[in-house]
Amino acid sequence: MSDAPAPRTRRGPLAKLADFFDDRTGYRAVVHEALYERVPGGARWRYVWGSTLVFAFVTQMITGLVLWSSYSASAQTAWESVYFIQHEMAGGWLVRGIHHVMAQAMVVLLALHLMQVVIDGAYRAPREVNFWLGLILMKLVLGMALTGYLLPWDQKGYWATRVATNLAGLVPLIGPSLQQLVVGGPDYGHHTLTRFFALHAGFLPGTLIAFLVVHLTLFRKHGLCAKQPITKPDCMFWPDQVLKDVVAMLAVLAVVLGVILLPAVRAMVEGRPIVPGELGAELGAPADPSQPYAAARPEWYFLFLFQFLKVFEGWGADGEFLGAIVVPGVLLGMMFLMPLVGRWKLGHRFNVLFTVAILVGAGLLTAMALREDYAAAWADREAYADVEQLIEETGNDPEKIAATLGNDEARIAEFQAKAHELEEIRRSEAFFAAVKQAEAEAHRAVELAGRPERIPPGGALELIRTDPLSQGPILFAQHCSSCHAHVDPAAPEAAELMAASSAANLSRFGSAAWARGLLDPELVAGPAYFGNTAHAEGDMVSYVTNDMTDRDSWSEEQIEAVAVALAAEAAVVDDEPLDPAIVEQGRALMADEERCGSCHHAGDNETENGYAPDLAGWAGREWLIGIITDPNHERFYPETNDRMPSFGVAEEGGVPALSATQIGLLADWLRGEWYRGE
Amino acid sequence: MDDPAPVPPPADARRSFLAKLMAMVGGGLATLTPVAAGVWMTLDPLRRKSSAASFLPITKVESVPDDGLPRQFPVIADRTDAWTGFEAEPIGAVYLRREQGSDTIEAFSATCPHAGCFIELDKRDRCFRCPCHNSAFTLDGGIVSPSPSPRTMDALECEVRDGRVAVKWENYYSGIAEKVARP
Ligand code: FES
Repeated sequence: MSDAPAPRTRRGPLAKLADFFDDRTGYRAVVHEALYERVPGGARWRYVWGSTLVFAFVTQMITGLVLWSSYSASAQTAWESVYFIQHEMAGGWLVRGIHHVMAQAMVVLLALHLMQVVIDGAYRAPREVNFWLGLILMKLVLGMALTGYLLPWDQKGYWATRVATNLAGLVPLIGPSLQQLVVGGPDYGHHTLTRFFALHAGFLPGTLIAFLVVHLTLFRKHGLCAKQPITKPDCMFWPDQVLKDVVAMLAVLAVVLGVILLPAVRAMVEGRPIVPGELGAELGAPADPSQPYAAARPEWYFLFLFQFLKVFEGWGADGEFLGAIVVPGVLLGMMFLMPLVGRWKLGHRFNVLFTVAILVGAGLLTAMALREDYAAAWADREAYADVEQLIEETGNDPEKIAATLGNDEARIAEFQAKAHELEEIRRSEAFFAAVKQAEAEAHRAVELAGRPERIPPGGALELIRTDPLSQGPILFAQHCSSCHAHVDPAAPEAAELMAASSAANLSRFGSAAWARGLLDPELVAGPAYFGNTAHAEGDMVSYVTNDMTDRDSWSEEQIEAVAVALAAEAAVVDDEPLDPAIVEQGRALMADEERCGSCHHAGDNETENGYAPDLAGWAGREWLIGIITDPNHERFYPETNDRMPSFGVAEEGGVPALSATQIGLLADWLRGEWYRGE
Repeated sequence: MDDPAPVPPPADARRSFLAKLMAMVGGGLATLTPVAAGVWMTLDPLRRKSSAASFLPITKVESVPDDGLPRQFPVIADRTDAWTGFEAEPIGAVYLRREQGSDTIEAFSATCPHAGCFIELDKRDRCFRCPCHNSAFTLDGGIVSPSPSPRTMDALECEVRDGRVAVKWENYYSGIAEKVARP
């Protein structure tokens, strides 16, 4: 403290106020202590990493608090609130983007800081404790990264967290309980989120701040560990080193903002509109435990651990235990021992090499993981055509393959190597497809959430589970596709798919184009219509191929009118414009008891249902629901149903194969009736 | 401000020992109480049991074609998540498989025994594949080595009654060689 009071003459009111506070708090001494630290050998760029980390952490606290104020941790609100932040709130995308990218920057800065400390030997006495504190801080930061990944409750975070928590279950003895504690129960849900959130935003940063304070105090106590030999004169922390630190912070910030804004710049250059919601951090489709997510990958800085799990393939349970628990544990343990190892003469060299080895190893594993996932991006697919063909022809039977290759060992070995590469490429292709699908699902979820009706109380998952566009293909694949094709007849794979099907192609069912094909003598007995069914020999096929080709009774114009009238009954979404006059003419022909009406009930004719399907409301929503529910109903095929199950009819004591909601979703999907964004 | 003149410390060492002890015990008790209450609550998830193994109806026998190729079916059940109750929700998926001409059905959980990803069916190569760490399994759930997975796919008990397939739905610990059901 000051010995003699400074002469207090002619001081302005501001200085007086400062004096008042200094007398009572002594803040000047504290500020002085904080800023006027000697930097032996002068300010250097290599000392900036610690400060940039503090800066990154402060940025995370600020953005995190703001995100917190708009986030809601529960299974029905987490994705929804993050959606709202990302896509609707002013600046939401920017705050979330900064938080997301800065987290990754922090991992990079951690690695740099660690490297600098190890290379400069700053872990040696008397700084051992501070080095250990630093390692703890690193673990805390990684813990926050891990817990933060789950919080949006999207597919990506959900599946990555499942893997991570399952690995936690491998810890000896306490593993299963530990896992259950972290997950908040036996299943993933509300309490997984609330716990991860409490860890991410409360426990971990709170602990981090406590350790950081000690870390910085000790750093001050020991002073900066100057790079030897000292060649330049000393300087003061303020302002010389602070200036360098600030420049480094700005550089970090510039990189972070650059990553966030780059897509916007690209969009601008390419003349596309900029959608702020698509900048910064992405948001996948809402978490759904019943929907596979083949694009599951951890954040890039955990990819090396992820790849590590593959390295131990063939080791069985030991491999996973080694890869997930033992090896990382041993490596971390060795890092804790560095200050002790560093006491020996060669110890420091060893430590440097060890740290470099870890970082290079992690880098290599990351590269391996990326190379596997993106193999298809640079593979020359043509080069594998012969291998692929051989596998297909022989059904991948090793003996047959060997025989085809003339039992020549060299050729077989070459084949095997190529087959292995091919498998990797195929896996990578599957990954690409999965990523693309995940993007489409995410896009759809956001589109649905943005409807004017907003998200129902059941959450976004309910929205997706009642969306015909999302559910139709899944339900169709599960229940319909073993008989029916659903493929654009013009698509290259259409012929093959239709030939393999045993019922009509339902793509654009009910459209004028579909109806024209039905009445086309060339097509009606083909695989797209009745060709692969018992109806191939039926009255309809014979009527279309015989009676309707007789130009005296059916003119081409009349046939067209019937097709158009059928389409008018169906009124599917996005059909071609139908001329009302022609529809009228077609309806009359349809109802005519000398023509279609001789078998079909249509319009107001007297023909009773039972012999042929009802044409009133044909392929409309209600009609489709009816036929999927029960094709044996008298409106459809009471006598002549060919193998189609009654999906909506329960047997005694059972439940129907499809619920009414599911049947409705299928009908809507077939008819193209779903929400379309702007 | 001027520092006050130094005051000599009070002398009674015995009393001061007692005071120290009481301060420590009292302070300890005061902080331990919220800590203990907090730990008690934090451990609550250990008391929770999953919606326990029970036979759940999956589908009809005819819906599983007898071509030896597995088909994926959702597992639908009522589910509670802490305070929320769901009626008839998809809670997971199983693969069902029937050999040609056979009436018995094999059922496998779609959850990877390695670390819990969702196993997919590769129709072209007629095998199962896990998209996460490249574990592969044969159509009857066997391991294709080398594989990161420590065990075969988890077969589930399967019952066929009156033409309907029911499966005993259970979750297993992942990453270990034995198949142990979670409580
Ligand atoms: S989770 Fe399936 S291979 Fe790892």
